Amino acid sequence: MSYLPKPKFRHPGLPKNKLGYTRRDYEGTVSTLCAGCGHDSISAAIIQACYELDLEPHRLAKLSGIGCSSKTPTYFLGQSHGFNSVHGRMPSVLTGANLANRDLIYLGVSGDGDSASIGLGQFAHAIRRGVDMVYVVENNGVYGLTKGQFSATADAGSKSKWGADNNDSPIDMVALALQLGATYVARSFSGDKQQLVPLIKGALGHRGAAFIDCISPCVAFNNHPGSTKSFDYVREHNEAVNALDYMPVRSEITADYPEGAHEQVTQHDGSVLNLYKLAADYDVHDRIAAMTYLQKKNAEGEIATGLLYLDPSPKDLHAHLQTVEAPLNHLTDADLIPGAAALEKFNAARR
Amino acid sequence: MPKPLERVNDFVIKFANVNGSGSASANTLFGKIILRMGIPAAPRNIFPSNIQGLPTWYEIRVSEAGWLGSRGGGVDLMVPMNPQTWDQDMASVEPGGYVVYDSTKPLPPSKFRDDVTALGVPLTQMCNEAYTDPRQRQLFKNVMYVGALAALLDMEVEVVEKLIAEQFWGKDKLIKPNIAAMHMGRDWALKNLPCPIGLRLKRADKVGDRIMMEGNSAAALGAVYGGATVCAWYPITPSSSLAEAFTSHCKRFRVDQTTSRRKYAIVQAEDELSSIGMVIGASWNGARAFTSTSGPGVSLMQEFIGLAYFAEIPAVIFDVQRAGPSTGMPTRTQQCDLLSAAYASHGDTKHVLLFPEDPKECFDFGALAFDLADRLQTPIFVMLDLDIGMNERLCAPLKWDDTRRMDRGKIMTAADLDSGKPFGRYLDVDGDGIPFRTYPGTHPNKGAFFTRGTSKDQYARYTEEGPAYVENMTRLLRKFDTAKTLVPQPIRKDSAQPTRIGAIYFGSTSPAMDEAMHKLAGQGVHLNTLRLRAFPFHQDVSAFCAAHDRVFVVEQNRDGQMRTLLMSECGIDPAKLVSVLHYDGTPITAKFISETIAKEANVVPFRKAVS
Repeated sequence: MSYLPKPKFRHPGLPKNKLGYTRRDYEGTVSTLCAGCGHDSISAAIIQACYELDLEPHRLAKLSGIGCSSKTPTYFLGQSHGFNSVHGRMPSVLTGANLANRDLIYLGVSGDGDSASIGLGQFAHAIRRGVDMVYVVENNGVYGLTKGQFSATADAGSKSKWGADNNDSPIDMVALALQLGATYVARSFSGDKQQLVPLIKGALGHRGAAFIDCISPCVAFNNHPGSTKSFDYVREHNEAVNALDYMPVRSEITADYPEGAHEQVTQHDGSVLNLYKLAADYDVHDRIAAMTYLQKKNAEGEIATGLLYLDPSPKDLHAHLQTVEAPLNHLTDADLIPGAAALEKFNAARR
Repeated sequence: MPKPLERVNDFVIKFANVNGSGSASANTLFGKIILRMGIPAAPRNIFPSNIQGLPTWYEIRVSEAGWLGSRGGGVDLMVPMNPQTWDQDMASVEPGGYVVYDSTKPLPPSKFRDDVTALGVPLTQMCNEAYTDPRQRQLFKNVMYVGALAALLDMEVEVVEKLIAEQFWGKDKLIKPNIAAMHMGRDWALKNLPCPIGLRLKRADKVGDRIMMEGNSAAALGAVYGGATVCAWYPITPSSSLAEAFTSHCKRFRVDQTTSRRKYAIVQAEDELSSIGMVIGASWNGARAFTSTSGPGVSLMQEFIGLAYFAEIPAVIFDVQRAGPSTGMPTRTQQCDLLSAAYASHGDTKHVLLFPEDPKECFDFGALAFDLADRLQTPIFVMLDLDIGMNERLCAPLKWDDTRRMDRGKIMTAADLDSGKPFGRYLDVDGDGIPFRTYPGTHPNKGAFFTRGTSKDQYARYTEEGPAYVENMTRLLRKFDTAKTLVPQPIRKDSAQPTRIGAIYFGSTSPAMDEAMHKLAGQGVHLNTLRLRAFPFHQDVSAFCAAHDRVFVVEQNRDGQMRTLLMSECGIDPAKLVSVLHYDGTPITAKFISETIAKEANVVPFRKAVS
């Protein structure tokens, strides 16, 4: 089967953002995923976040690996360059793209098979290098495209659609991201757009490795009783540590919050995250405490969501490599090529 | 006992050392002295997969005639500084040859040979008397034997002194003690040994403006001049020194003078899959990017290379070949990745390969590879090997034309898109199989496309329709045909006499081949030769095979991989192509080539009846 274009018909009264774009301008082709797939909700959240941020679509590049989740970049931001690469290898392609042009925003979309199994190594190394990116794992605990095999994030003791038990320990992508030094770490649920959209916005404004683990139930193969990634299970066990508002610039807070329950964090790009504490003792800036808290919640069978860790002024890979301000792909012959005279000197030293 | 060898400017000297003993700089110094005396010389490192303790050798072929290939056979002068390999080293000396050894500890007569002149110098004793620090005792011993050799071989002492000063330039306090140690060795030899011996160095004028450098370093400099800004690599012998040389060339040439910021990004990746992934990502996004690797790395990169071929993304891969399969012989040379590179990945794929013959071409092709990758929008392999990559080789000086500009290929700009030029990412507008591409971020609402490894139509839209797939695959073949006209052309050399025998060779075989042809001509065997410089093959290659009754294909692998490529890509009759294969991990020699060809060619003079 081939691609399905969306009809060009536009309602004349659709609202426009500051750039004059409607929400439709941030869409892609028609999704070919199953009706009700959590991934489509995440695509919708990405579209909403970019529309509301007045983001110029061509300033963002979207990259993915292979799998159901990795198909989704075709379904949003049709005006952005996209790259559907090799299974489990999106992180390296994204890293290279980022090295070439530090001025664009890089959105990597992956799944639990793509990032926790075949691509675990690349996931780990992209995070530890501090690549300036938004890395979203659309996590459903199952291989969808190959019809229902367990993935490495499936919880031990969870059951497949056909009743088989998963005995292997799960890989906790959030715990890994925290340990490996990600500077913006969140977990969310595809069924909670109110939480997900501001988390995506905050990540897009973050100038470092931002990771979002988004639980995204698979309606075809992993939405049954006995699954810990079903809509029902996640709704029942979701415990948000905070609620988030994203503001492009700092502004007065008018709402009344009890002492200590609210915090404003300004990120490097000037955007502001308004954090409303839901778990009273949770400190979003304490990496080690966050890791402990999450492990505890995990042991209790609860799924902690929200913005889990934030370093508002991180150093990224370009800072480590001390590259020039100008994107490397903009440099010209004059910038790059030492010329004949330099080569003559080089020759002279080798005689 | 045979008469001791008497030769001027034409012999092979070999140093046997222990890895990690600091001998490399003394040996390099020795090689440079010969060149400064105007005599061509070809040094080679023979080393194990080890950092410290195992035996290592450094062989220098001195050849006023200018033969730079490995000579083969035994050595004329041996300097066995490693007791572990004494017997083996002694056995490798040609009858009538010489041994210069450390005579501090007396050795039984059984350790020597009647037909080899032994010249003992009490190096350890002299060092122990002159120095107290153990490290100094070891290091100065190396310079000391250079001094002894200077006396024995009649080297110009002023040149030796000057080169020591150059070698320690910037670490000036080391110059005097090293010169003193050299003189200590030299004076002792002059006083106690019959200097000079039958092997001598005599000033000549045969080096000209040539330079001495390693192929890996030259290829890395080619990448600098080729405008590469992104290098992603994973350490693997014998290619690591290419990425390391790129790092040091960049520090010299690519740091912004005012801000100290770098106009390059080098990432040591977690594996070869990641390094080629980064190269593809960076090239997709409009930077010039490369990786350097060896056979095992190319194996790991296969899936990504297929993606780059099918999605048409430029990439430059320097493959410094070593002996395979598997881990093989990691520190020994071969030309054994031809097939795995030419057809890398699953499905129908073909890739462009370049075959540099020496550091000069490593530089030229290193820079050219980036133009070709952008122009053809496909991976380009530069096929070095350990022999060219990790040995210093005398070659023509590197040249650059300041009017040259990077050829970025078919790029559609924002202005092009605004002017209404139609854009289809995989649309063959010029009939050469090469479509236009846009860089990400070019235009707010025109020119974006989706890159994928799945099949697509001319507008980069996903499709599984058979005709669209076939059209795309056929266009890729058309593009490969275009490549034939853009890659370096083969070089034909005709013999002095007409002949129906030809020989094809490539890469590091070059110097041995030149010498072999000279030897064979002396025996009345005449061959026309064709040096391949790239794959896909230019039409001259088929024409050359058609014009000869028999064509020897000389290569450094077991299976005749180049012969296979010639058969499958040019449809040449296999009966006509005779393999000359050298694959024991040592560099191919003129002796091997000439002897094999002389035997096979059956020495039938042109147009004379066989009686």
